[in-house]
Amino acid sequence: MQETWIILGATSSMARAFGRKLAERGATVFLAGRDMADLKGAASDLSARGAAHAEAVKFDARDAASFQPIIDKATGTEGTINAAVFVGSMPEQSAIDADPALIDGTVTDSFTGPARFLQLLAPEMEARAGGTVVGVGSVAGDRGRLGNYVYGAAKAGFATYLSGLRNRLTRSGGHVVTVKPGFVDTAMTWGIEGMFLVADPMDVAEDILKAVEKKRDVIYTPFFWRYIMLIIRSVPERVFKKLSI
Amino acid sequence: MLWKTTEYAGWGGALTATGEIARPERASTLEALLADAPAPAFGNRRSYGDAALNDGGRAIDMTRMDKIIGFDADTGVVEAEAGVTLATLMELFAPRGWVPAVVPGTGFATVGGAIGQDVHGKNHHVDGSFGNHVISIALVSNGKRVTCSPSRNKALFRATLGGIGQTGVILSAKLQMKRTPGTTMQVTETRLADWDEQIDALSTSTATFAVSWIDAQAKGRAMGRGILEEAELADADAPAPAKAKSVPLNLGLFSNGLFARIFNEAYFRRVPADGKVSVKRLEAFFFPLDKVHNINRLYGKGGFHQFQCVVPTGSVDVLEDMMNRVARSGLASPLAVLKRMGEDRAGMMSFPMEGYTLAVDFPNKAKARTLIGTLETMTREADGRLYLAKDSLATGAAIKAMYPEWSDWAAEVAKADPDETMVTDMVRRLELRG
Repeated sequence: MQETWIILGATSSMARAFGRKLAERGATVFLAGRDMADLKGAASDLSARGAAHAEAVKFDARDAASFQPIIDKATGTEGTINAAVFVGSMPEQSAIDADPALIDGTVTDSFTGPARFLQLLAPEMEARAGGTVVGVGSVAGDRGRLGNYVYGAAKAGFATYLSGLRNRLTRSGGHVVTVKPGFVDTAMTWGIEGMFLVADPMDVAEDILKAVEKKRDVIYTPFFWRYIMLIIRSVPERVFKKLSI
Repeated sequence: MLWKTTEYAGWGGALTATGEIARPERASTLEALLADAPAPAFGNRRSYGDAALNDGGRAIDMTRMDKIIGFDADTGVVEAEAGVTLATLMELFAPRGWVPAVVPGTGFATVGGAIGQDVHGKNHHVDGSFGNHVISIALVSNGKRVTCSPSRNKALFRATLGGIGQTGVILSAKLQMKRTPGTTMQVTETRLADWDEQIDALSTSTATFAVSWIDAQAKGRAMGRGILEEAELADADAPAPAKAKSVPLNLGLFSNGLFARIFNEAYFRRVPADGKVSVKRLEAFFFPLDKVHNINRLYGKGGFHQFQCVVPTGSVDVLEDMMNRVARSGLASPLAVLKRMGEDRAGMMSFPMEGYTLAVDFPNKAKARTLIGTLETMTREADGRLYLAKDSLATGAAIKAMYPEWSDWAAEVAKADPDETMVTDMVRRLELRG
């Protein structure tokens, strides 16, 4: 079966790993992001690894004009159209405290930008009666914490959006997988104090692909984050508000 | 964050360093980093000693610079970033008819590392070293992006192959791979009763891939006994892949003489007296230990040393003398191998020479270090050579005496890295920069 995937935020190491998994399956992959030099390199990499076709395309979550051309490319292919969203930005909470305007960019990158993109894509998926959207959120979206509550709020918004999109696409045979990764060994977490049980991006990518195949709705990866977050969510607010975790 | 302060080690774990490590994932990050503060690069740190270490300084972890830049299925030419592992190349391209021409005993070795140590494999006597199959190398040398090859910047090319990273940071390389009819190996294993049988078997073997396991605990008449493994690339039905295992703790089993003797006896008897023919998966043949993650923990917390030397064919008796000493000491781990080498070597500081190479692991104990010192002296007196990918104990004077092109190399390195930004613990220990 022919499948086309659009990967938003394809320069991240999780996205790179996921793209490689797709290439092994012989998928067509559009690598969308801002660093075109890196994306072109990634496209060659995926071609060598077995992708039917791999191509770098310009995507900027803050520039809605960049969305439609990508969708046009995808609709030019046969088979199902799928999308995986890895975009997001996480400025230091202290930077946001100093400049609250940073909230707009964070919310655009992590929530409204990709949501607008998916909103444009949804009718195309419905027209082909299938396809899967993978939305990468974060365990940070499960509860607002002192250290990153703006990023967390954006991811929480995105998770709710994905839930609604799932409700919609199910009706036409499509599916939405919400992925909540814990700590993953990426450039974002490199050298940050207090990281534990850090997961390899390749393992995360494998989890995601399994979830796609099994049509899972919401996954935590690695799996044990489900239980960690269950505990964190169950702490009463009157206690939680005094904690700094 | 860009820099992470951490303690790290080579594969042997006996030597460690503490310093800042950057692990760029994109070319733009790496380029900015090298323009700002050049530092030596490493891959998966499969060199045993201190080749990848820079205590108190900075280093660049290249493992995330791991894109395949291009592959031509007709010619078998692949261009890969420095962090791509040789196991990845094998896994991706063997089904399409090509394997890396030369691989060492671990598939975790990266393209950059394989160049930096000019590694060899079980087919050295036929195919030469890794560098013999490198078409070109792109590196950042003294702040500039340079490409070198056998015809362009030739001296830099020969200084980079086996040059332990001193000519600059290797970004990518173009490699000529080797044809394979399939994704398996046809393997013949033969018991060898003693040292003479070992040398006879290795010197007369006509196989493309040939290596001998040697029981480094066997004394007296059994001294030198082992198993010869000969193999050819093949297209046969592959057995199922072995499941990865992991050594969870620093066990120290391989540091135990009794364990080593029992293990070796069982390993020797694994092959029937009249030999054994089997089909193995490529990775099971080339990288047998990779499926056990953290196998180096079997040596315990103190780590271990691997002694590997090569001596000219005429000095093979010296190796027998060495093996006698190793066997009498009872210190060697079960991992000991003997191999015939051809004459090909690609770089100025490349290890191979025509003769026989012996590799033995020892736990990091005082007695073992003393024995390794003796073996090093014997190597030097036999006009042999030590392998920098394994070394953690030698002196600079010994190494310089063993590598006839050392001064040419040092001169080329001085041009390529005049500010000495690529210096590592190994280079300091062996005073290789002059």
